[in-house]
Amino acid sequence: MFRKIMAPVDLGHLDRIRKALAASADLATHYRIPVCYVGVTTAAPGPIAHTPREFTAKLKRFAEDQAATHGIETEAKACISHDPSVDLEDTLMKAIEEIGADLVVAGSHVPGFADHIFASHSGYLAAHTSISVFIVR
Amino acid sequence: MADPSDLTADGQTNLIDTDYEIGQDNIQTRIGPFGLDIHNPVFAVSGLTIIAFVILTLALQEEAGAFFAWLRAALTSTFDWFFLLAGNVFVLLCLALIVSPYGSVRLGGRDARPDYGYGGWFAMLFAAGMGIGLMFYGVSEPISHFSAAVADDAGSADSWAPLAGAAGEEYAARRLGMAATIFHWGLHPWATYAVVALGLALFSYNKGLPLTMRSVFYPIFGERIWGWPGHVIDTLAVFATLFGLATSLGLGAEQANAGLEFLFGIPVTNVSKVVLIVGITGIALASVVAGLDAGVKRLSEINLVLAFLLLLFVFAVGPTMKMVSGFFLNLGAYAEYLPALSNPFGRDDDNFRQGWTAFYWAWWISWSPFVGMFIARVSRGRTVREFIVCVLLIPSLVSVLWMTAFGGTAINQLVNDGYTAVADAALELQLFMMLSELPLTAISSFIGIVLVIVFFVTSSDSGSLVIDTITAGGKVDAPLPQRVFWAVFEGLVAIALLLGGGLTALQAASVSTGFPFAIVLLLACYAIVRGLASEPR
Repeated sequence: MFRKIMAPVDLGHLDRIRKALAASADLATHYRIPVCYVGVTTAAPGPIAHTPREFTAKLKRFAEDQAATHGIETEAKACISHDPSVDLEDTLMKAIEEIGADLVVAGSHVPGFADHIFASHSGYLAAHTSISVFIVR
Repeated sequence: MADPSDLTADGQTNLIDTDYEIGQDNIQTRIGPFGLDIHNPVFAVSGLTIIAFVILTLALQEEAGAFFAWLRAALTSTFDWFFLLAGNVFVLLCLALIVSPYGSVRLGGRDARPDYGYGGWFAMLFAAGMGIGLMFYGVSEPISHFSAAVADDAGSADSWAPLAGAAGEEYAARRLGMAATIFHWGLHPWATYAVVALGLALFSYNKGLPLTMRSVFYPIFGERIWGWPGHVIDTLAVFATLFGLATSLGLGAEQANAGLEFLFGIPVTNVSKVVLIVGITGIALASVVAGLDAGVKRLSEINLVLAFLLLLFVFAVGPTMKMVSGFFLNLGAYAEYLPALSNPFGRDDDNFRQGWTAFYWAWWISWSPFVGMFIARVSRGRTVREFIVCVLLIPSLVSVLWMTAFGGTAINQLVNDGYTAVADAALELQLFMMLSELPLTAISSFIGIVLVIVFFVTSSDSGSLVIDTITAGGKVDAPLPQRVFWAVFEGLVAIALLLGGGLTALQAASVSTGFPFAIVLLLACYAIVRGLASEPR
């Protein structure tokens, strides 16, 4: 039914997306397809990594851990964004095309007042991509 | 432009080993529906200090005005030698880095590739750094120096002429006037920006420290930089940037209003000025919300194209051949007078040296945390050599070109045609008076006023991004509402000072920060050399 799952991950807040990670692993097991974990970083140092190279290494290690934990095939893709506060969604949209995913499994928060003004990242993906998006709250 | 998703654009760097984790001092919370990620205490201290200064200035206008005017004048007249000396150190360091082996160090690692192509990169650094100044002073400053230099009292104690002036000698006064103007807009200001930008880019992209002013001083203060010494440096940077931008915005609205009255008869009133500030802040807000690529970069590119069109227009319809030869003559005059103009000691032109040069140096230095940090943010992937050539030499040449076209044309109008309206006009109108003597005045003046406004926008949006990053402890991915807050705050401070009085006073306060920053930047020069020495080349 699906070929590849893209799972956006925020390495700084893994606790918030635990259910989404479990859901993506379950779906990968069910359909026997790989999960590509996509992380977005900046060129400037941040709390997760000092350089894009370090970020890539951490994301790869995370993907390997997920593979070992769930017994699934995983990949990692790190993306640099010039201004992630604004263009995170566009960066993820581009990643969908680049990795050839046909299902996104993404964590999201319970919508609040602010979501009437700014859509959540996952909400934006669901509204703008042509592939299936599974939002896990 | 490098593919943003390509992470091979990296490479070996020499990271500083520190226990400090970026964002560890930050407070992450929510105010209503909006998330916040702010540095404790820089965000609160900066914001409260700025509010306190605004309230004090509004409450004690006369005293505050007199005090800050005295402070600025005292600093630039007492320490003029120090400002000039510091400026020379910045230029010499930059030139030395171009030819030294350190020039081959790449910002971001040996394999890093530039985030932006030359066009977008240059547009952003130019629009943030100097564009608005060239619009206002491109005509007036050459005329001022020329008039002072050719006057009969040139060289006397009361004269404002550069060096000894050239009383009665039009050709020599013209060369000296253009050289003095280019001196203020050429290598020295751009070297000041380059030092800050290079320091920030090096210590952030290559050393792994947060993209904030304090990082540059790690080699000097060590781990103490994460405590109060660093808080003070960052707060001072926010203070200088916000007041520099807000007061320029307020004064700029007054000037833009005068231009609009001249062109379209729009009356000079507080309502018009507030509408202008709200309009400029609104566009800047849209730009920061659209982001670095879709907002700030695009506006800067539009700005550069418009500025180039205006420059081309003046070249085409003005005395073209005179301007072409003038470019080389002015360049030659600049080279000839540069040693004398930059000499800090044993000079008699006190008014010029203290009132013009030292004031400008303090001004450029007070703006350098903002412009330098913005340049650093968009300069990853360049080698140090390429970086300095593009941040120091090319903008300096553009300044020569601009001053030649605008200032040279105005001096021609004054000397050859006897057209004195430019020299007699108020500062904000001099550009338009010069353009009114050329064909297609309505179009060129309209482009001029649009440029003035959009240059304000490009300073305001990039400034808001910089303040947001500093007050988020160097995180460039802080929640969007924070940058909205700073852009709006800047507009509100400008409106409060415009209506309540105190724009000039707080601009003087902002320029006064040039003195402590000059000391800080000299230390940064040392830190940069130490930082570069440990980088793979």
